[in-house]
Amino acid sequence: MPAPRDENPAFAEYAHPDRLVSTQWLADRLADETADLVVLESDEDVLLYDTGHIPGAFKLDWHTDLNDPVTRDYVDGKRFAEVMSERGIGRDTTVVIYGDKSNWWAAYALWVLSLFGHPDVRLLDGGRAAWTAEDRELTRDASTATPADYPVTERDDPPIRAFRDDVLNHLGKPLVDVRSPGEYSGELLHMPDYPQEGSVRGGHIPGAKSVPWARAAQEDGRFRSREELSSIYEQEQGLATSDDVVAYCRIGERSSHTWFVLTHLLGFEHVRNYDGSWTEWGNSVRVPIETGAPAS
Amino acid sequence: MTEALPAPFAELIDDFQAVSAQDRLQMLLELSDELPDLPERYADADLEQVHECQSPLFLTVEVERGTPDAPVSLFFKAPREAPTTRGFAGILHTGLDGQPASAILDVPDDVVFRFGLAEAVSPLRMRGMVAMLARIKRQIRDKVTV
Repeated sequence: MPAPRDENPAFAEYAHPDRLVSTQWLADRLADETADLVVLESDEDVLLYDTGHIPGAFKLDWHTDLNDPVTRDYVDGKRFAEVMSERGIGRDTTVVIYGDKSNWWAAYALWVLSLFGHPDVRLLDGGRAAWTAEDRELTRDASTATPADYPVTERDDPPIRAFRDDVLNHLGKPLVDVRSPGEYSGELLHMPDYPQEGSVRGGHIPGAKSVPWARAAQEDGRFRSREELSSIYEQEQGLATSDDVVAYCRIGERSSHTWFVLTHLLGFEHVRNYDGSWTEWGNSVRVPIETGAPAS
Repeated sequence: MTEALPAPFAELIDDFQAVSAQDRLQMLLELSDELPDLPERYADADLEQVHECQSPLFLTVEVERGTPDAPVSLFFKAPREAPTTRGFAGILHTGLDGQPASAILDVPDDVVFRFGLAEAVSPLRMRGMVAMLARIKRQIRDKVTV
Protein backbone atom coordinates (compact mmCIF):
# COMPACT_ATOMS: atom_id res chain seq x y z
CA MET A 1 0.00 0.00 0.00
CA PRO A 2 1.51 3.35 -1.00
CA ALA A 3 1.92 5.93 1.73
CA PRO A 4 -0.87 8.47 2.25
CA ARG A 5 -0.25 11.95 0.99
CA ASP A 6 1.05 14.70 3.25
CA GLU A 7 -1.97 16.87 4.01
CA ASN A 8 0.24 19.75 5.14
CA PRO A 9 -1.81 22.86 4.25
CA ALA A 10 1.35 24.58 2.98
CA PHE A 11 1.46 22.04 0.15
CA ALA A 12 -2.23 22.14 -0.76
CA GLU A 13 -1.82 25.17 -3.01
CA TYR A 14 0.76 23.46 -5.24
CA ALA A 15 -0.35 21.86 -8.51
CA HIS A 16 0.77 18.38 -7.43
CA PRO A 17 0.97 18.41 -3.62
CA ASP A 18 1.42 14.64 -3.62
CA ARG A 19 5.02 15.14 -4.83
CA LEU A 20 6.20 16.76 -1.60
CA VAL A 21 6.44 15.63 2.01
CA SER A 22 7.43 17.51 5.15
CA THR A 23 10.00 16.44 7.72
CA GLN A 24 7.22 15.87 10.27
CA TRP A 25 5.25 13.67 7.89
CA LEU A 26 8.35 11.58 7.21
CA ALA A 27 9.21 11.27 10.90
CA ASP A 28 5.65 10.09 11.60
CA ARG A 29 5.79 7.54 8.77
CA LEU A 30 9.12 6.14 10.00
CA ALA A 31 7.51 5.49 13.37
CA ASP A 32 4.58 3.72 11.68
CA GLU A 33 5.84 0.97 9.42
CA THR A 34 2.61 0.00 7.68
CA ALA A 35 3.12 1.89 4.43
CA ASP A 36 5.18 0.57 1.51
CA LEU A 37 7.66 3.42 1.71
CA VAL A 38 11.40 3.62 0.98
CA VAL A 39 13.55 6.67 1.66
CA LEU A 40 16.53 7.45 -0.56
CA GLU A 41 19.33 9.94 0.07
CA SER A 42 20.93 11.40 -3.04
CA ASP A 43 23.79 13.81 -2.43
CA GLU A 44 26.44 15.65 -4.30
CA ASP A 45 28.94 14.49 -1.68
CA VAL A 46 29.43 10.76 -2.06
CA LEU A 47 30.30 10.20 1.63
CA LEU A 48 27.69 12.39 3.28
CA TYR A 49 25.16 9.56 3.60
CA ASP A 50 27.77 7.51 5.45
CA THR A 51 28.31 10.22 8.06
CA GLY A 52 24.71 9.73 9.19
CA HIS A 53 21.41 9.32 7.36
CA ILE A 54 17.70 9.15 8.11
CA PRO A 55 17.12 5.76 9.76
CA GLY A 56 16.31 3.15 7.14
CA ALA A 57 17.22 5.38 4.19
CA PHE A 58 19.30 4.00 1.33
CA LYS A 59 21.98 5.80 -0.59
CA LEU A 60 21.37 6.51 -4.26
CA ASP A 61 24.47 7.88 -5.94
CA TRP A 62 23.73 9.91 -9.07
CA HIS A 63 27.04 8.96 -10.60
CA THR A 64 27.52 5.29 -9.77
CA ASP A 65 23.86 4.20 -9.59
CA LEU A 66 22.07 6.30 -12.19
CA ASN A 67 24.71 6.92 -14.87
CA ASP A 68 25.85 4.23 -17.25
CA PRO A 69 29.57 3.69 -16.61
CA VAL A 70 30.47 3.75 -20.31
CA THR A 71 27.79 5.43 -22.43
CA ARG A 72 27.17 9.08 -21.60
CA ASP A 73 23.60 8.34 -20.60
CA TYR A 74 21.49 7.05 -17.75
CA VAL A 75 21.33 3.36 -16.92
CA ASP A 76 19.01 1.13 -18.91
CA GLY A 77 15.79 -0.46 -17.69
CA LYS A 78 17.51 -3.65 -16.55
CA ARG A 79 20.10 -1.90 -14.42
CA PHE A 80 17.52 0.52 -13.07
CA ALA A 81 15.36 -2.40 -11.96
CA GLU A 82 18.37 -3.83 -10.11
CA VAL A 83 19.09 -0.51 -8.39
CA MET A 84 15.50 -0.23 -7.24
CA SER A 85 15.16 -3.89 -6.28
CA GLU A 86 18.33 -3.86 -4.13
CA ARG A 87 16.75 -1.10 -2.06
CA GLY A 88 13.50 -2.95 -1.56
CA ILE A 89 11.59 -0.77 -4.00
CA GLY A 90 8.78 -2.24 -6.06
CA ARG A 91 6.78 -0.43 -8.72
CA ASP A 92 4.06 0.43 -6.16
CA THR A 93 6.44 1.60 -3.45
CA THR A 94 6.28 5.22 -2.36
CA VAL A 95 9.80 6.64 -2.74
CA VAL A 96 10.83 9.73 -0.78
CA ILE A 97 14.10 11.35 -1.82
CA TYR A 98 16.16 13.90 0.08
CA GLY A 99 19.69 15.22 -0.20
CA ASP A 100 22.28 17.92 0.31
CA LYS A 101 22.72 21.23 -1.55
CA SER A 102 19.04 22.21 -1.39
CA ASN A 103 17.94 18.89 -2.87
CA TRP A 104 19.69 19.43 -6.21
CA TRP A 105 20.71 15.80 -6.54
CA ALA A 106 17.51 14.61 -4.90
CA ALA A 107 15.52 16.49 -7.56
CA TYR A 108 17.82 15.05 -10.20
CA ALA A 109 17.22 11.53 -8.88
CA LEU A 110 13.48 12.17 -8.77
CA TRP A 111 13.64 13.30 -12.40
CA VAL A 112 15.53 10.13 -13.42
CA LEU A 113 12.95 7.99 -11.59
CA SER A 114 10.35 9.92 -13.58
CA LEU A 115 12.10 8.99 -16.85
CA PHE A 116 11.33 5.41 -15.86
CA GLY A 117 7.79 6.39 -14.95
CA HIS A 118 8.03 5.40 -11.29
CA PRO A 119 4.48 6.24 -10.18
CA ASP A 120 4.94 7.60 -6.66
CA VAL A 121 8.14 9.51 -6.02
CA ARG A 122 8.28 12.52 -3.68
CA LEU A 123 10.80 15.05 -2.41
CA LEU A 124 11.42 15.83 1.25
CA ASP A 125 10.85 19.59 1.37
CA GLY A 126 14.07 21.26 2.53
CA GLY A 127 16.11 18.09 2.12
CA ARG A 128 18.86 16.98 4.44
CA ALA A 129 19.45 20.47 5.80
CA ALA A 130 15.84 20.77 7.03
CA TRP A 131 16.01 17.37 8.73
CA THR A 132 19.29 18.10 10.51
CA ALA A 133 18.29 21.67 11.42
CA GLU A 134 15.43 20.18 13.44
CA ASP A 135 17.84 17.82 15.21
CA ARG A 136 15.98 14.80 13.92
CA GLU A 137 17.54 11.38 14.17
CA LEU A 138 20.44 10.37 11.94
CA THR A 139 22.20 7.03 12.08
CA ARG A 140 25.34 5.47 10.69
CA ASP A 141 23.72 2.03 10.84
CA ALA A 142 23.56 0.27 7.51
CA SER A 143 20.04 -0.06 6.08
CA THR A 144 18.99 -3.50 4.91
CA ALA A 145 16.27 -4.46 2.49
CA THR A 146 14.59 -7.56 1.22
CA PRO A 147 15.08 -7.32 -2.54
CA ALA A 148 11.83 -6.35 -4.22
CA ASP A 149 10.47 -7.35 -7.57
CA TYR A 150 10.94 -4.32 -9.81
CA PRO A 151 9.91 -4.74 -13.45
CA VAL A 152 12.30 -3.91 -16.28
CA THR A 153 10.81 -0.66 -17.56
CA GLU A 154 12.13 1.18 -20.60
CA ARG A 155 12.99 4.81 -20.10
CA ASP A 156 10.59 7.21 -21.76
CA ASP A 157 12.82 10.22 -22.40
CA PRO A 158 10.92 12.47 -24.84
CA PRO A 159 8.23 13.88 -22.51
CA ILE A 160 10.61 15.31 -19.90
CA ARG A 161 14.12 15.12 -21.38
CA ALA A 162 15.59 17.29 -24.13
CA PHE A 163 18.68 16.44 -26.17
CA ARG A 164 20.87 18.91 -28.01
CA ASP A 165 18.98 18.56 -31.30
CA ASP A 166 15.67 18.98 -29.49
CA VAL A 167 16.98 22.26 -28.12
CA LEU A 168 18.14 23.39 -31.57
CA ASN A 169 14.61 22.76 -32.81
CA HIS A 170 13.23 24.53 -29.78
CA LEU A 171 15.05 27.85 -30.36
CA GLY A 172 12.52 30.67 -30.28
CA LYS A 173 10.39 28.92 -27.65
CA PRO A 174 10.79 29.37 -23.88
CA LEU A 175 14.10 28.32 -22.38
CA VAL A 176 15.04 28.80 -18.73
CA ASP A 177 18.70 29.09 -17.77
CA VAL A 178 18.91 28.38 -14.03
CA ARG A 179 22.62 29.08 -13.55
CA SER A 180 24.14 32.06 -11.76
CA PRO A 181 24.09 35.45 -13.52
CA GLY A 182 27.85 35.28 -14.15
CA GLU A 183 27.54 31.94 -15.92
CA TYR A 184 24.59 33.23 -17.95
CA SER A 185 26.41 36.31 -19.15
CA GLY A 186 29.47 34.29 -20.12
CA GLU A 187 31.73 35.94 -17.58
CA LEU A 188 32.12 32.64 -15.70
CA LEU A 189 32.35 29.13 -17.10
CA HIS A 190 31.24 27.53 -13.87
CA MET A 191 29.43 28.23 -10.65
CA PRO A 192 31.33 30.47 -8.29
CA ASP A 193 33.59 28.22 -6.19
CA TYR A 194 32.84 25.15 -8.29
CA PRO A 195 35.06 23.28 -10.72
CA GLN A 196 34.33 24.08 -14.31
CA GLU A 197 33.33 21.18 -16.51
CA GLY A 198 35.48 22.30 -19.38
CA SER A 199 33.26 24.37 -21.66
CA VAL A 200 35.25 26.25 -24.26
CA ARG A 201 32.62 29.01 -24.59
CA GLY A 202 30.77 30.98 -21.96
CA GLY A 203 27.28 32.38 -22.38
CA HIS A 204 23.78 31.02 -22.75
CA ILE A 205 21.43 29.42 -25.26
CA PRO A 206 19.90 32.18 -27.43
CA GLY A 207 16.66 33.52 -26.02
CA ALA A 208 17.01 31.79 -22.65
CA LYS A 209 15.55 33.58 -19.65
CA SER A 210 17.85 33.85 -16.66
CA VAL A 211 16.10 32.54 -13.55
CA PRO A 212 18.69 31.21 -11.08
CA TRP A 213 17.33 28.05 -9.44
CA ALA A 214 17.76 29.46 -5.92
CA ARG A 215 14.99 31.97 -6.47
CA ALA A 216 12.56 29.07 -6.02
CA ALA A 217 13.92 28.27 -2.55
CA GLN A 218 13.58 29.95 0.81
CA GLU A 219 16.52 30.58 3.12
CA ASP A 220 16.05 27.19 4.78
CA GLY A 221 16.00 25.33 1.45
CA ARG A 222 12.25 24.70 1.41
CA PHE A 223 10.27 25.72 -1.65
CA ARG A 224 8.61 29.11 -1.87
CA SER A 225 4.83 29.29 -1.84
CA ARG A 226 2.90 28.82 -5.05
CA GLU A 227 2.04 32.50 -5.07
CA GLU A 228 5.68 33.51 -4.81
CA LEU A 229 6.73 31.00 -7.46
CA SER A 230 3.97 32.16 -9.75
CA SER A 231 5.06 35.76 -9.41
CA ILE A 232 8.60 34.80 -10.53
CA TYR A 233 7.96 32.39 -13.39
CA GLU A 234 4.54 33.50 -14.63
CA GLN A 235 4.21 37.21 -13.90
CA GLU A 236 7.84 38.33 -14.07
CA GLN A 237 9.09 35.96 -16.79
CA GLY A 238 5.84 35.72 -18.68
CA LEU A 239 5.78 31.91 -18.84
CA ALA A 240 2.42 30.14 -19.07
CA THR A 241 1.58 26.69 -17.78
CA SER A 242 0.68 25.61 -21.32
CA ASP A 243 4.10 26.66 -22.70
CA ASP A 244 6.60 24.18 -24.08
CA VAL A 245 9.60 24.91 -21.78
CA VAL A 246 13.17 23.61 -21.66
CA ALA A 247 15.31 24.16 -18.54
CA TYR A 248 19.06 23.71 -18.36
CA CYS A 249 22.06 24.48 -16.16
CA ARG A 250 25.60 23.10 -16.23
CA ILE A 251 25.09 19.34 -16.03
CA GLY A 252 21.36 19.05 -15.38
CA GLU A 253 21.11 18.84 -11.61
CA ARG A 254 20.12 22.42 -10.75
CA SER A 255 17.71 22.45 -13.67
CA SER A 256 16.08 19.30 -12.27
CA HIS A 257 15.20 21.46 -9.27
CA THR A 258 13.57 24.03 -11.57
CA TRP A 259 11.93 21.26 -13.62
CA PHE A 260 10.35 20.05 -10.37
CA VAL A 261 9.15 23.54 -9.49
CA LEU A 262 7.58 24.21 -12.89
CA THR A 263 6.09 20.74 -13.32
CA HIS A 264 4.93 19.75 -9.87
CA LEU A 265 4.53 22.98 -7.94
CA LEU A 266 3.20 25.25 -10.69
CA GLY A 267 1.59 22.62 -12.90
CA PHE A 268 3.32 23.36 -16.21
CA GLU A 269 2.27 20.67 -18.64
CA HIS A 270 5.31 20.35 -20.86
CA VAL A 271 8.70 20.99 -19.27
CA ARG A 272 11.83 19.18 -20.37
CA ASN A 273 15.19 19.11 -18.65
CA TYR A 274 18.17 19.45 -20.99
CA ASP A 275 20.66 17.37 -19.02
CA GLY A 276 23.48 17.87 -21.55
CA SER A 277 23.19 21.49 -20.43
CA TRP A 278 25.98 24.03 -20.80
CA THR A 279 28.78 21.45 -20.65
CA GLU A 280 27.46 20.04 -23.93
CA TRP A 281 26.07 23.21 -25.55
CA GLY A 282 29.12 25.36 -24.75
CA ASN A 283 31.36 22.78 -26.41
CA SER A 284 29.24 21.89 -29.43
CA VAL A 285 30.57 23.02 -32.78
CA ARG A 286 28.38 25.51 -34.64
CA VAL A 287 25.55 25.74 -32.15
CA PRO A 288 24.56 29.36 -31.57
CA ILE A 289 25.19 31.06 -28.26
CA GLU A 290 24.55 34.48 -26.78
CA THR A 291 26.58 36.37 -24.24
CA GLY A 292 25.78 39.28 -21.96
CA ALA A 293 23.57 39.98 -18.99
CA PRO A 294 19.80 39.44 -19.19
CA ALA A 295 17.77 42.36 -20.48
CA SER A 296 16.09 44.06 -17.52
CA MET B 1 55.76 1.93 -7.53
CA THR B 2 55.48 3.66 -4.19
CA GLU B 3 59.17 3.42 -3.16
CA ALA B 4 59.97 7.08 -3.64
CA LEU B 5 56.97 8.29 -1.65
CA PRO B 6 57.08 9.39 1.98
CA ALA B 7 56.56 6.27 4.11
CA PRO B 8 53.19 7.23 5.68
CA PHE B 9 51.84 8.10 2.25
CA ALA B 10 53.00 4.81 0.73
CA GLU B 11 51.47 2.88 3.66
CA LEU B 12 48.16 4.65 3.15
CA ILE B 13 48.13 3.69 -0.54
CA ASP B 14 48.85 0.07 0.41
CA ASP B 15 46.01 0.15 2.95
CA PHE B 16 43.55 1.45 0.36
CA GLN B 17 44.73 -1.01 -2.28
CA ALA B 18 44.26 -3.94 0.08
CA VAL B 19 40.50 -3.53 0.48
CA SER B 20 37.30 -3.44 -1.59
CA ALA B 21 35.85 -0.28 -3.10
CA GLN B 22 33.21 -0.10 -0.36
CA ASP B 23 35.84 -0.39 2.38
CA ARG B 24 37.89 2.33 0.69
CA LEU B 25 34.93 4.67 1.16
CA GLN B 26 34.83 3.71 4.85
CA MET B 27 38.55 4.47 5.16
CA LEU B 28 37.98 7.81 3.47
CA LEU B 29 35.21 8.52 5.97
CA GLU B 30 37.53 7.71 8.88
CA LEU B 31 40.18 10.05 7.50
CA SER B 32 37.48 12.70 7.14
CA ASP B 33 36.53 12.24 10.81
CA GLU B 34 40.17 12.41 11.89
CA LEU B 35 41.15 15.56 10.00
CA PRO B 36 42.46 17.93 12.70
CA ASP B 37 40.64 21.19 13.28
CA LEU B 38 42.37 24.35 12.21
CA PRO B 39 44.57 25.77 15.01
CA GLU B 40 43.26 28.84 16.81
CA ARG B 41 45.89 31.08 15.22
CA TYR B 42 44.33 30.47 11.80
CA ALA B 43 40.76 31.11 12.94
CA ASP B 44 40.51 34.43 11.11
CA ALA B 45 43.29 33.88 8.59
CA ASP B 46 42.81 34.25 4.86
CA LEU B 47 43.64 30.74 3.63
CA GLU B 48 43.92 29.68 0.00
CA GLN B 49 40.70 28.25 -1.38
CA VAL B 50 40.92 25.19 -3.61
CA HIS B 51 38.31 26.22 -6.17
CA GLU B 52 38.50 22.89 -7.98
CA CYS B 53 36.87 21.14 -5.02
CA GLN B 54 33.10 20.69 -5.12
CA SER B 55 32.78 22.07 -1.59
CA PRO B 56 34.57 24.92 0.17
CA LEU B 57 38.07 23.76 1.07
CA PHE B 58 40.83 26.04 2.32
CA LEU B 59 44.45 25.22 3.06
CA THR B 60 47.81 26.62 4.01
CA VAL B 61 51.28 25.23 4.67
CA GLU B 62 54.09 26.13 7.06
CA VAL B 63 57.69 25.25 6.23
CA GLU B 64 59.97 25.26 9.25
CA ARG B 65 63.17 27.21 8.38
CA GLY B 66 62.22 27.49 4.71
CA THR B 67 64.84 25.04 3.48
CA PRO B 68 64.25 21.98 1.27
CA ASP B 69 64.97 19.53 4.11
CA ALA B 70 62.69 21.34 6.57
CA PRO B 71 59.47 19.64 7.74
CA VAL B 72 56.20 20.96 6.35
CA SER B 73 52.99 21.36 8.34
CA LEU B 74 49.69 21.19 6.48
CA PHE B 75 46.50 22.91 7.62
CA PHE B 76 43.03 22.40 6.16
CA LYS B 77 39.62 23.92 6.70
CA ALA B 78 36.68 21.91 5.33
CA PRO B 79 33.07 21.74 6.50
CA ARG B 80 31.75 18.53 8.07
CA GLU B 81 28.91 18.58 5.52
CA ALA B 82 31.50 17.85 2.84
CA PRO B 83 33.03 14.58 4.05
CA THR B 84 34.49 13.54 0.69
CA THR B 85 36.48 16.72 0.39
CA ARG B 86 37.49 16.39 4.06
CA GLY B 87 38.53 12.80 3.39
CA PHE B 88 40.78 13.91 0.53
CA ALA B 89 42.35 16.46 2.85
CA GLY B 90 42.68 13.69 5.47
CA ILE B 91 44.65 11.51 3.03
CA LEU B 92 47.06 14.33 2.30
CA HIS B 93 47.37 15.26 5.97
CA THR B 94 47.98 11.70 7.17
CA GLY B 95 50.39 10.96 4.34
CA LEU B 96 52.36 14.19 4.08
CA ASP B 97 52.16 16.29 7.26
CA GLY B 98 55.59 16.61 8.85
CA GLN B 99 57.47 15.38 5.78
CA PRO B 100 60.42 17.36 4.39
CA ALA B 101 59.57 19.97 1.75
CA SER B 102 61.64 18.22 -0.90
CA ALA B 103 59.88 14.89 -0.29
CA ILE B 104 56.45 16.48 -0.81
CA LEU B 105 57.63 18.27 -3.93
CA ASP B 106 58.81 14.90 -5.29
CA VAL B 107 55.40 13.28 -4.90
CA PRO B 108 54.02 12.65 -8.42
CA ASP B 109 51.17 14.99 -9.38
CA ASP B 110 48.90 12.07 -10.25
CA VAL B 111 49.58 10.09 -7.06
CA VAL B 112 46.02 10.52 -5.84
CA PHE B 113 44.81 8.07 -8.48
CA ARG B 114 46.70 5.26 -6.71
CA PHE B 115 44.10 5.07 -3.95
CA GLY B 116 41.61 3.19 -6.10
CA LEU B 117 38.97 5.79 -5.36
CA ALA B 118 38.10 6.93 -8.87
CA GLU B 119 35.67 4.06 -9.35
CA ALA B 120 33.85 4.60 -6.05
CA VAL B 121 34.01 8.37 -5.96
CA SER B 122 33.91 9.22 -9.70
CA PRO B 123 36.77 10.76 -11.68
CA LEU B 124 35.16 14.20 -11.61
CA ARG B 125 35.38 14.33 -7.84
CA MET B 126 39.00 13.17 -7.84
CA ARG B 127 39.98 16.40 -9.52
CA GLY B 128 39.58 18.19 -6.20
CA MET B 129 42.34 16.13 -4.60
CA VAL B 130 44.68 16.61 -7.57
CA ALA B 131 44.18 20.35 -7.18
CA MET B 132 44.79 20.26 -3.42
CA LEU B 133 48.15 18.57 -3.92
CA ALA B 134 49.08 21.01 -6.69
CA ARG B 135 48.28 24.00 -4.49
CA ILE B 136 50.17 22.53 -1.53
CA LYS B 137 53.24 22.06 -3.71
CA ARG B 138 53.00 25.58 -5.11
CA GLN B 139 52.76 27.05 -1.61
CA ILE B 140 55.81 25.04 -0.53
CA ARG B 141 57.79 26.27 -3.54
CA ASP B 142 56.88 29.84 -2.62
CA LYS B 143 58.16 29.33 0.92
CA VAL B 144 61.36 27.35 0.32
CA THR B 145 64.68 28.92 -0.52
CA VAL B 146 66.83 26.59 -2.57
